[in-house]
Amino acid sequence: MIDEELVQLLTPEGERVESSDYESTLNGDEIFGLYRDMVIVRRLCNESTSLQRQGQLALWAPIQGQEAAQIGAGRALTPGDFTFPTYREHGIAWCRGVPPADMLRLFRAVSNGGWDPQKYRHSVPTVVLGSQCLHAVGYAMGIQRDGAEEASMAFFGDGASSQGDVMEAFVWAASFNAPVVFFCQNNQWGISTPSSVQSKIPLYHRAHGFGFPGVRVDGNDVLAVYEVTKRALESARVGGGPTLIEAYTYRIGAHTTSDDPTRYRIDAEVEVWKHRDPVERVKALLAREYKVKNADFDAVNQEADTMALQLREDVLAMSRPDPITMFDNAYAAPHPLIEEGRREMIDLGISGGAL
Amino acid sequence: MATTTMTMAKALNEGLRRAMEKNPKVLLMGEDIGRLGGVFRITDGLQKDFGEDRVIDSPLAESAIVGTAVGLAIRGYRAVCEIQFDGFVYPAFDQIVSQVAKLHKRSDGAYIMGMVIRIPFQGGIGAIEHHSESPEPYFAQTAGLRVVSCSTPNDAYWMIQQSIEHDDPIIFCEPKSRYWEKGEVDLETPPAGLFDALVRREGTDVTLIGYGASMKTCLRAAETAQAEGTSIEVIDARSIAPLDIELMAKSVEKTGRVVVVQESPHTASVGSEIVSELTQRCFYSLRAPGLRVSGYHVPYPPTRIEEDYRPTVDRILDAVDRVMGFES
Repeated sequence: MIDEELVQLLTPEGERVESSDYESTLNGDEIFGLYRDMVIVRRLCNESTSLQRQGQLALWAPIQGQEAAQIGAGRALTPGDFTFPTYREHGIAWCRGVPPADMLRLFRAVSNGGWDPQKYRHSVPTVVLGSQCLHAVGYAMGIQRDGAEEASMAFFGDGASSQGDVMEAFVWAASFNAPVVFFCQNNQWGISTPSSVQSKIPLYHRAHGFGFPGVRVDGNDVLAVYEVTKRALESARVGGGPTLIEAYTYRIGAHTTSDDPTRYRIDAEVEVWKHRDPVERVKALLAREYKVKNADFDAVNQEADTMALQLREDVLAMSRPDPITMFDNAYAAPHPLIEEGRREMIDLGISGGAL
Repeated sequence: MATTTMTMAKALNEGLRRAMEKNPKVLLMGEDIGRLGGVFRITDGLQKDFGEDRVIDSPLAESAIVGTAVGLAIRGYRAVCEIQFDGFVYPAFDQIVSQVAKLHKRSDGAYIMGMVIRIPFQGGIGAIEHHSESPEPYFAQTAGLRVVSCSTPNDAYWMIQQSIEHDDPIIFCEPKSRYWEKGEVDLETPPAGLFDALVRREGTDVTLIGYGASMKTCLRAAETAQAEGTSIEVIDARSIAPLDIELMAKSVEKTGRVVVVQESPHTASVGSEIVSELTQRCFYSLRAPGLRVSGYHVPYPPTRIEEDYRPTVDRILDAVDRVMGFES
């Protein structure tokens, strides 16, 4: 990872790095908080993979390797901000307060969303990637019109960076100086397509062509991701316009549980990235610099296990929805074909639901 | 009754103005709609009066016009998007069918996706390719959307306001060839609900159903037929999705014959849906199979020959003759 423009505050070994542009503003307790978040979302992710393997989920999209990118960005947000995720933003959802079980409703195929996006100010997952970047820009235009000191943030990956909607979002954000941060997790692989096929230049360079700043940050360094995101958000909130952040990271796991990455990438590459683990480097820092004891680390693991047990219980309790609920919220106002469908379903005895 | 005479273009302009006065969250977005007032001048003068924050001259990117309208809706704004010409809506197709149509459902009702996507549609203005299409069947087929079309200045004035007030996303199809035709506008009372069809002319022998620019052709056909002794009831569908099938069925139960007119090709079209529904509901009243008079199944032709593509009075009367001459 030799890139002199890469913002890094913590080496893979957990040594602090002097940066001319950024410095860590977090104290020991706050760093421990980020560590805790990362351990919990990793556990959440592993439990979900197990649930899928046991036939309890239709699909799962793992985030292993990307915990620092998501927790660093997620904790830089303030409650007033609004985030627009893909289906792989479990760490962001965690930071926004979405209950873990709700994150799995989509993957258990009992919902097309899973949580109340207005309550958590975290939009529902976008599956047709790229679209959400335009939603974030539109939302940011609304913030401007309200005169609020808030920002919106769009999440996408190196794969989606090739989508036209992402380019259009860049154009609009620049033209209207919208308070939006584009957070690209370059995890090197769009299913089997390497990021070199998506872009011939470092992705963050693209921002300059659109007229706003781009920053590449070590996506496995939670301290650096936090500071870079915080500054971009602060700039956006006070009229500084958009920023593109490229969090340079790696998808350790498969694209989804339906994917087999051994068909397109070599183990040696994965091993290299495992040595850059985002969780271990913070743990090393906490142990060395803040004298955090093993008992404290163990307590976090315990908390993660408890969360996982609860998650499993909650997921198993999610039963097949009453088919008649498919008619709910298809439209906001009454619609004759919705009424017709409901009536037919009741007449067929498929549902006991009342009109 | 306070009525005044104006063109459909002016009626839309006045309707937009009134909606913006009523609700400060209403925004207009589109290409060249501000300083220029739109290529058809529908938004003429609105940016001057409501400012650049509410009448937004957008970059040339249809997917972004609709995609940002989604974000604005999530923030509580109500965008009225202008798609400059029918053939330019396809870059926004993904946002419309995958996002606009589905986000209310995906969010379990937390997002109100109220927005209006205005599309000048149908032919008849002698334009070059991509400026004369009828994309409404694509949208009529998509659950989560509603599709309406105005055919008179009075409907234009009221339906645009009703669409903006409605909480579901509306594809608002404007017959561009009728923009400059004048008609009476009642400034106090709407002619009907947004999703109601209207009987434009009463008759007893054949029910003739159309929408948008085809309405005028239908009325001309009815007049000609009257002279030849055939009484045609003309229905303006107004709402394409959902259809006001009750009103249409009532008419067909009376006449026993139906012809639907549209500029789109007839495969999987609005006319197909109307004929199918009416066949199901009025089977025992029908005295002839329902017919469709449509555009041909070809890319919209060079406009020197478009009048042989679009339904004409002659083609409509030919279909009327066929249903009148049908012996079961």
